[in-house]
Amino acid sequence: MFQACTDPDTLDGLAWLACYLTNGKHIAFYGSFLTVLSLLAITAPVALAFGFGGAVAARSRIAPLRWFGQAYTAIVRGVPDIVFFLFFVIALDQGFEWLRHKVKCPGWDQPIRQGSDFIVCAEAKLPLSSSPQWVHEGYGFGLAVLTFAIVFGAFAANVLSGAMRAVPRAQVETGEAYGMTHRQTFWRILVPQMWVYALPGLSNLWMILVKATPLLFLLGVEDIVYWARELGGAKTNIYAYPHPDWRLWYFLGLLVFYLGLTKVSEIVLARINDRLSLGQATAAGEARRRRAAA
Amino acid sequence: MKKLILTTTAAAMLTAGAATAQDVVRLGTEGAYPPYNFINDNGEVDGFERDLGDELCSRAERECEWVTNDWDSIIPNLVSGNYDTIIAGMSITDERDEVVDFSENYLPPAPSAYAAMTDSLDLGNAVVAAQTGTIQANHVVDTGATLLEFPSPDEIVAAVRNGEADAAFADKDFLADVVEQDSQLMFVGEDVSLGQGMGMAFRESDPELRETFSEAIVAMKEDGSLNEMITEWFGDGAPTFE
Repeated sequence: MFQACTDPDTLDGLAWLACYLTNGKHIAFYGSFLTVLSLLAITAPVALAFGFGGAVAARSRIAPLRWFGQAYTAIVRGVPDIVFFLFFVIALDQGFEWLRHKVKCPGWDQPIRQGSDFIVCAEAKLPLSSSPQWVHEGYGFGLAVLTFAIVFGAFAANVLSGAMRAVPRAQVETGEAYGMTHRQTFWRILVPQMWVYALPGLSNLWMILVKATPLLFLLGVEDIVYWARELGGAKTNIYAYPHPDWRLWYFLGLLVFYLGLTKVSEIVLARINDRLSLGQATAAGEARRRRAAA
Repeated sequence: MKKLILTTTAAAMLTAGAATAQDVVRLGTEGAYPPYNFINDNGEVDGFERDLGDELCSRAERECEWVTNDWDSIIPNLVSGNYDTIIAGMSITDERDEVVDFSENYLPPAPSAYAAMTDSLDLGNAVVAAQTGTIQANHVVDTGATLLEFPSPDEIVAAVRNGEADAAFADKDFLADVVEQDSQLMFVGEDVSLGQGMGMAFRESDPELRETFSEAIVAMKEDGSLNEMITEWFGDGAPTFE
């Protein structure tokens, strides 16, 4: 990176450290923090949408939709995360490729499964094996987001459907007394009021999601834990910057990062909770009203 | 469901423009086993297998791309088509041969060795660290020692340093640098020769690609360039081809 870093063997002390901390590998390490943060930023709303869809489906008056919503939450919540992350992603990837194979190569006469091999025609590969590495990485990241969203969506669905039931019946009844339809009471009364009941559960989920990001490496995405382990491991002279086992320091860095992230989350969630309590018939809402009146 | 469709179409759009005249060969490696393969300080794949793979690709006139993957799932990802070959210090064994097909070996059988902090060790009775899913791990079980498995090679050495294991068992070429640069570590016991050398692994349904690379390896053996490369990376004492 810097001119002075061309020959690391001649460096010592701070200059060595400065060069070491700015080599290509460390830049990739710093970049992986962005990967994790963007995963969180994308996954959280998508998972919430899945959860909302699941919760609505589970209380639907149409039986097949209700069964689907209930099966989704029951199955995904019951399967261990690690099984889901190891098995589901490969199955999902193969499912996409199989669909594309059916569409793009109708004339293909060989079996798709040959022993342990999974063979689709070259045009159906996802991504195409000729596409550049960043497309492969982007695809892996997309699969990761989808998998996380499905898993956390199931938990969110359960939280949200509990929250929907927690909204006082009298509130909905009042709406009905004003002549609102079922749909109107749902969107105008139930949904705006349920969030305050959902928030404790959702904030737990968010915290768990933050800590679950190391599972990314199982999905082939090089995340901060992968790089911390790779960079921290003892390096012999074959590397330009040999050093003993420094994993402790790297993992301490990750500890600070995760603690910082959860602290910031707590502050933000506390604010959201305060705002949502406004005008609610809950203890927090009452406290807020008194504070405002005083 | 909408999300599913969106992802598929997005990926399809991204890849629609790419040319498919000659497919790129994707080389899968672990990137954690110096000097065979490792991620250098610029974050790129480096090592003996990087040099070898690049040379083989240019001889076969194929465009190649390097991909890293965890050792644990390196074979499943090959057979499900995420890359086209494994070149990761993988020894040719009958067990693996049932799932994948190996090329001509590019390294002759090399010794595996034990590294430990003390030479007064009863290896048949010790706790020995080895990497999961390696021929070394299988061998440790056969000797009757207690096997301690780790997912990466670096961790087996760390386990010996912090006393979790009595000895680490791995390819001697990997341990050589480690032992040389750590005054506390030493080789103990006899070297063991395992496997049938190292080769590239291919899907069983992909015989043409395997043939292409096998031919290139044979050509490199015949003109002596493979031996030169071995000596360059593993030193003068390393076993070479006749």
